[in-house]
Amino acid sequence: MSQVVFTKTNMLTDAITHYCPGCGHGIVHRLVAESIEELGMNDRAVGISPVGCAVFAYRYFNCDNQVALHGRAPAVATGIKRVSPEAIVFTYQGDGDLASIGNAEVNHAAARGEKFVTILVNNGIYGMTGGQMAPTTLIGQKATTSPQGRSVERAGFPMKVAEMIATHEGVQFCERVAVNNTANILKAKKAIKKAFQNQVDGKGFNFIEVLSTCPTNWGLDAIESMKWVEEKMIPYYPLGVLKDKDQEAK
Amino acid sequence: MPHIKVDAEICKGCGLCVRACPKKILRLSPTVLNQKGYNPAECVDQSQCTACRSCALTCPDVAITVYKD
Amino acid sequence: MARVLMKGNEAIAEAAVAAGCRYFFGYPITPQNELPEYLSKRMFEVGGYFVQAESEVSAINMVYGAAGAGGRVMTSSSSPGVSLKQEGMSSIACAEIPAVVVNMMRGGPGLGSIQASQADYFQATRGGGHGDYRTLTYAPASIQEACDLMVRAFDKADEYRALCLILGDGMIGQMMEPVEIKASEVKKFDKSWAARGRGDRKHNSIINTLYITHEELTELNERLQAKYKVMEEKEVLVETYNLDSNPEYVLVAYGTVSRICKNGIAKLKEKGINVGMVRPITVWPFPKQAVLDAAKKASVKAMVTVEMSAGQLVEDVELSVKGVKPVELFSRLGALPPTPDEVADFVLALKGRK
Repeated sequence: MSQVVFTKTNMLTDAITHYCPGCGHGIVHRLVAESIEELGMNDRAVGISPVGCAVFAYRYFNCDNQVALHGRAPAVATGIKRVSPEAIVFTYQGDGDLASIGNAEVNHAAARGEKFVTILVNNGIYGMTGGQMAPTTLIGQKATTSPQGRSVERAGFPMKVAEMIATHEGVQFCERVAVNNTANILKAKKAIKKAFQNQVDGKGFNFIEVLSTCPTNWGLDAIESMKWVEEKMIPYYPLGVLKDKDQEAK
Repeated sequence: MPHIKVDAEICKGCGLCVRACPKKILRLSPTVLNQKGYNPAECVDQSQCTACRSCALTCPDVAITVYKD
Repeated sequence: MARVLMKGNEAIAEAAVAAGCRYFFGYPITPQNELPEYLSKRMFEVGGYFVQAESEVSAINMVYGAAGAGGRVMTSSSSPGVSLKQEGMSSIACAEIPAVVVNMMRGGPGLGSIQASQADYFQATRGGGHGDYRTLTYAPASIQEACDLMVRAFDKADEYRALCLILGDGMIGQMMEPVEIKASEVKKFDKSWAARGRGDRKHNSIINTLYITHEELTELNERLQAKYKVMEEKEVLVETYNLDSNPEYVLVAYGTVSRICKNGIAKLKEKGINVGMVRPITVWPFPKQAVLDAAKKASVKAMVTVEMSAGQLVEDVELSVKGVKPVELFSRLGALPPTPDEVADFVLALKGRK
């Protein structure tokens, strides 16, 4: 009998995702799902699906789910957590959803210290709607609404979301990770699992920004996209822990 | 023997596992097309596999199962 | 609870607590502020939750989450705030989860004013947000009635898994009246559909508003419309007044305006003119039959709609009367209620014209 050292977690359904080949969403889904399963929380988990490419997340996470309007996932999670404080609640949001239309909701959830996990998948673009400029689109990066490349004069600067979230006292844990290579994927897993562990322990707002890819709208293949994360995104969006109350206490 | 199995119908042929494999024993099949029209990943030499899981960890579609022996 | 003198907003808040509501999410706006203020204290006394959200948009989405998790939940606001809530209200209707929204209408459009108005009638009775949906909408004329309807709204929201609306005007919220809030047993409803963690359930609960294929979306809309049809058959509430006096005119008015109309009717009676009234208590579903029945009375020369809006209610009256009798409109704009004398004078002028 062969010993299995890696197989798909039960927290993911058997549905084949609609994501494009090489899209980082699939990796982030797996990391979130494995974290919940390893903590034994499948039966208590409630996911909030966003608007954007991950809108069908409810088909892939094998747990209860509520589909939120664009940007409103942290408000929806706030409502669920009041009715069902024992639920392990997470919002899974893209950068258009969270950093643009949902900026108020996520910042106030952070300030209130809501006891849930928010995963931001930052690929610097609106994927589902066809590649428009996001608040996180890099200077010079082309998008369908910045065809000459994002210019500071016309569109200002890309938003550093994890840094912004980390300013709130209500935040327990905030880290930026990436899924561009195996080593970073392992670090991302560790961060996401810690965020969920904190929620199980009843500790404050937990925020993980994951730098990810959009091969289709970037016009790159999967491997070039991962390289782009490393060469372009990480220098502007540095990886690392931005806030950890456990460390502050020590 | 350590080895991997790729679910050819789930694989979208993105090639991230090919890049991730330290032994360079993965490739996108030059002959097989799955039902969605992708060339799925395949292992050309299971005897060199160390079950390091790099391919599975990077696979966005969780299409790879890794066996230690 | 004994009969006490209470301000409308506070009485409605207490009625919500009596109805078993334990979750309130809201945002300040005049003239409904006493409602969240009262609940910010009261909810914690009864083991419930109050959250002051960062916006009306956020508040209604908190309501969506709480309702989807199976809580008995409400929010309240006033006109501009209710406009902001409409995206969430459309979603709650679509997801078929129960919630109650209170709108203490103020003058509009835009920021308008903070005085009482009825200018959100179209918004309240036509769905309000995007897509084909309706809200079961109660329009109380007194604080006692508002309290009674509050309890009913929560039960109906659960019964139909639908959004219910209390459509007051600023006066209902601001005036004080004696009121008795009856403590009755809170009805239990099956909420096994709620998404709050799977627990022992075999399947996952999904609260969703995305129906991406046209087949699925058609099926959803047909299900919603079938539900609304049942509401139209079973949930109409209406008061008829003075209709057995062989009235020459029948007024149609709701909320505070209907009480002004009753005083106007008394003044007309002194002048020997019999006037009746039909008062919709549910403005959606609209009491079409009661309005038509009144219009068909041989003595009735015309139906007279009295509203604090620019001809919104009158459209429902015309749709109900179906041309059987003329429909006149006394419209008061600018968030100032008409006086009984003005109502009476309007009817007198009609009579003189004929």
